Amino acid sequence: MAYRFNRLRDISNRLQDVVKMQSRLAATATEDGMKSNRSLWFALGTLAAGGLATGYLLQPNVKAADLELHPPHFPWVHKGPFSSLDHAAIRRGYEVYRQVCAACHSMDQLAYRHLVNVAYTEDEMKAIAADAQIEDGPDDDGNMFSRPGKLSDHFPKPYPNEQAARAANAGAYPPDLSLITSARHGGEDYVFSILTGYEDPPGGCTEKEDLYFNPYFPGQYIAMAPALYNDVMEYSDGTPATISQMAKDVCTFLKWAAEPEHDDRKRMGMKALTLLGMLTFASYYYKRHKWSVLKSRKIVYRPSPHS
Amino acid sequence: MNLGRTIYNALFRRTSTFVVTIVVGGFIFERVFDEGMDNVWENMNRGKLWNHIKHRYAEDADEADE
Ligand code: HEC
Repeated sequence: MAYRFNRLRDISNRLQDVVKMQSRLAATATEDGMKSNRSLWFALGTLAAGGLATGYLLQPNVKAADLELHPPHFPWVHKGPFSSLDHAAIRRGYEVYRQVCAACHSMDQLAYRHLVNVAYTEDEMKAIAADAQIEDGPDDDGNMFSRPGKLSDHFPKPYPNEQAARAANAGAYPPDLSLITSARHGGEDYVFSILTGYEDPPGGCTEKEDLYFNPYFPGQYIAMAPALYNDVMEYSDGTPATISQMAKDVCTFLKWAAEPEHDDRKRMGMKALTLLGMLTFASYYYKRHKWSVLKSRKIVYRPSPHS
Repeated sequence: MNLGRTIYNALFRRTSTFVVTIVVGGFIFERVFDEGMDNVWENMNRGKLWNHIKHRYAEDADEADE
């Protein structure tokens, strides 16, 4: 009896020690942790608040600083998340580029072959390429020479270099159009607005030599003369060549040029989203399946009568 | 015996048949899913894609292709 009693006291003493020690440890741990955590959170919070405040203060000023008209959002047929480009428009747009824009703008990322099976058959494209004179060489005597174009040739440039381009355009450089819809805010909406947005300078704005008033261009005066007029060209499929028709078509073409993967991207995106959607349900079901055992179990604590 | 049980006993119960089921099932699913989604894509974008307008420019495409 006495033996038992002593043992019990022993155990209880030891237990008390352990509990004391643990609570002391826990107290210091929370105190230290709280202190360093608090200053960390404080620093992070201050940083985030300061960043947000700076951003908020700067944002309206930046908006107020630009004077150009922002282009409206046009209802492009390729606008939806799963909408392809209109390839008939790409085809007409290339006609516009070739007959109008190519006089001043290069598109040096594009080769004739890129349009094969996008908007033209191979035979058609071969004929179009052969119409162009491409500089090649040097030949055996070291001279450059011209030859009819091939599918693998890139589109010819209107000017040999930037200086020549500027000299011919009152000092302004007509940018390469290969990536223009990605290179400008507003993309094809912006290019469409530029092409169709020319007007006489309103009251308070003066005429400027060699510059044209265009409210969508940053600075309002652009060095590109209005390029599109009704019937400035003829479509081979007989579509009436109105300004907005040509602008729409050439913008679709430029959009394709900047993002030739556009259609494939959206098609793959559609597949990926569908598949991931299906997998979401599968994984939700699987989670419920695995957790059902854990969530419906019952844990019973039954102390042993002997201790 | 219900369907799930039948399938389980016939295919999933043994590792060998289970693996074969996964491989064959994956192949069939990929074919059906890919073709199906391509069809959906073509229908959603009817009239806009190159193979919808190609016939206007290449009457003899069938002969030229082969
Ligand atoms: C007469 C030559 C000429 C023709 C033709 C021409 N452009 Fe331009 N384009 C220019 C010049 C010069 C600039 C540079 C304007 C500037 O920086 O002020 C320019 C600039 C541009 C810009 C860039 C605007 C910006 O934000 O910097 C785009 C886009 C553009 N042109 C599209 C076209 C398209 C599309 C066509 C065909 C429909 C076309 N251009 C036809 C001369 C031309």
